[in-house]
Amino acid sequence: MTAVLQDPKERFLAEFLAVQKDLPGQGLSWVESRRRRALDRFEAQGLPTDKTEDWRFTPVGLLVDKAFEQAGAAPKNFEPARFALCDFPVYRLVFVNGRYVSNLSRPLPKGTLLSSVSSILKTEPKLLEPYLGRESSGHAFNNLNTALFRDGAVLHLSRGTVLDEPVHLLFVSTAGKEATASYLRVLIVTERGSSAKIVEEYAGEGEYLTNSVTEVLSGEGSRVELIKLQRESAQARHVAALRVRQEKDSVFSAHSIALGALLSRNDVDARLEAEGADCTLNGLYVLDGAQHCDHNTVIDHVKPHGTSRELYKGVLDGRSRAVFNGTIAVEKDAQKTSALVYNKNLLLSENGLVNTKPEFKINANDVQCRHGATIGQLSGDALFYLRSRGLSLAAARSLLVYAFASEMVDALSILPLREALAEVLHKRLPELN
Amino acid sequence: MLEIKNLHASVGDKPILNGIDLKVKAGEVHAIMGPNGSGKSTLAHVLSGREGYAVTQGSVLYQGKDLLGLTPEIRAREGIFLAFQYPVEIPGVTNKYFLKAAYNALRKHRGQPEISAGDFLKLIKEKAKLVQMDPAMLNRAVNAGFSGGEKKRNEILQLAVLEPKLGLLDETDSGLDIDALKIVAQGVNAMRSDQRAFVVVTHYQRLLDYIVPDFVHVLSGGRIVRSGGKELAHQLEKEGYALLQPEEVAK
Repeated sequence: MTAVLQDPKERFLAEFLAVQKDLPGQGLSWVESRRRRALDRFEAQGLPTDKTEDWRFTPVGLLVDKAFEQAGAAPKNFEPARFALCDFPVYRLVFVNGRYVSNLSRPLPKGTLLSSVSSILKTEPKLLEPYLGRESSGHAFNNLNTALFRDGAVLHLSRGTVLDEPVHLLFVSTAGKEATASYLRVLIVTERGSSAKIVEEYAGEGEYLTNSVTEVLSGEGSRVELIKLQRESAQARHVAALRVRQEKDSVFSAHSIALGALLSRNDVDARLEAEGADCTLNGLYVLDGAQHCDHNTVIDHVKPHGTSRELYKGVLDGRSRAVFNGTIAVEKDAQKTSALVYNKNLLLSENGLVNTKPEFKINANDVQCRHGATIGQLSGDALFYLRSRGLSLAAARSLLVYAFASEMVDALSILPLREALAEVLHKRLPELN
Repeated sequence: MLEIKNLHASVGDKPILNGIDLKVKAGEVHAIMGPNGSGKSTLAHVLSGREGYAVTQGSVLYQGKDLLGLTPEIRAREGIFLAFQYPVEIPGVTNKYFLKAAYNALRKHRGQPEISAGDFLKLIKEKAKLVQMDPAMLNRAVNAGFSGGEKKRNEILQLAVLEPKLGLLDETDSGLDIDALKIVAQGVNAMRSDQRAFVVVTHYQRLLDYIVPDFVHVLSGGRIVRSGGKELAHQLEKEGYALLQPEEVAK
């Protein structure tokens, strides 16, 4: 039995002191100083409240109402593979409770480095130093992540390396009686002309907190598709940040598929730092009960001829809530930028709620930018049309919901994943079959 | 097959149908004509079970049973098909998937097992020929981005696949050029049989050159004010709805 809960901020600071000696990179001065710096920033920021901009609609209390303590190792005989959505040919790393547990499923092609953060910090820390936790930005939970990260994955592709199969990073949490926390880090560096598809999958059981930060350095002309499957347990809290830096003519796309967790919060910060960069952010959230899901995205066009497009779609049932903030900034130099940001929501119940705000901050004068947001219900005309052909009301509803959501599933380039996700959606819409 | 007696219906407080009487037997084609606002489309909608209409008086028997108490899907499964004036676009659902879901819903209702994927594909390809539809359109989302003519042909394709007992065509000719009109009419004519009846709602006589009706009824003010053979349509074409006597015109 724990004593009366401390002030959450004090608790996190105390946790750092308690665990810092065990964290990877101990003894490397650059790691230690970056952790310390992040913690200082966290201390200065304090935890967000409902008065903090970009957190106004987020039930932040859910992130601090428990003493989520760093999780221990997985129980014996624990089989994380069963948490995966589907099996497909991949290079796979598995993490349980924030710790790396299992080996690659196959040998890597030349020019590819794929390993856990903790092991690279032991063997080749120099490789990570230019990237890992170097940039300091983000909110309090992102800074906590930099201070406290326990493990994660590193993917480094040397010039021209084309990965033939996707990388699958499976993060499984298993909480016992006490709520636990995992602090995860992913670093993806793709050098010039290389190409990869990465699937980050989050799943688990029990009540726990996942705090993850993914950094992508997308080199000149490289292509990266990053799919995030958030299938956390119903009681889980999930706070994740994605930071992307794009070089010339790089093509980056991220797909955020959010199905699980009581509260999930996704912050994306993408910067198109050189000419001709192309960025796609897609998202799908399917919520029910008391689920809450946030997407806060910022795309920053720094140089000319950049393209970005965002489409986030949401399906809300029960008394679930969603927040979308999508900002696209076009800086003075970034002429000939083409950008669009859309958020479309389908409300299935009276009690669902969406707060949405797509917006532009434009400082260039020769740009094409469009944005929009919709919150709608199933069309009565479409329902009648389907029923007039013999489909039951329930089947007609399911079909229309599926039709709305499937666009985001179809946008994934990995076929087995698309099929498995389609099946998940079908199962959540039981009248469909 | 269909027996409408003294049917009154309104939208909100506004009465639209004011006592329709109509008998349709299997094998017959009835045309319902009338000026705008006469209640033609309302009649088609009420028969198909669309929400938003209140039946205030009268009855409709379909195959000897009360029709008005049935949901739209049960009416469809019992063999009533409404070809829409404005077919609805359903992005994200392919024509093929939609047709199969509908086809199997009807089979299930009749206690039959689902059709195999192979057999179904064969069936819809054959039916697509009937309306001269490119089979590639079967893989496109239902009506999404279809031209007006393609949408109407798609309605007739659905009719051909679902093989209803009673087909209601609601202004199927509206917005069609003559070539598309001929294709649509050919599709309907191919479906005519002793077992099947059609009620064709149209503003213009033009469609009836191609789908030749057995009976023509003129609707005005929510009532059938004249009935006759196909020649009544020609007379209307020549003289316009002005031929209606003052007492026949809506009050």
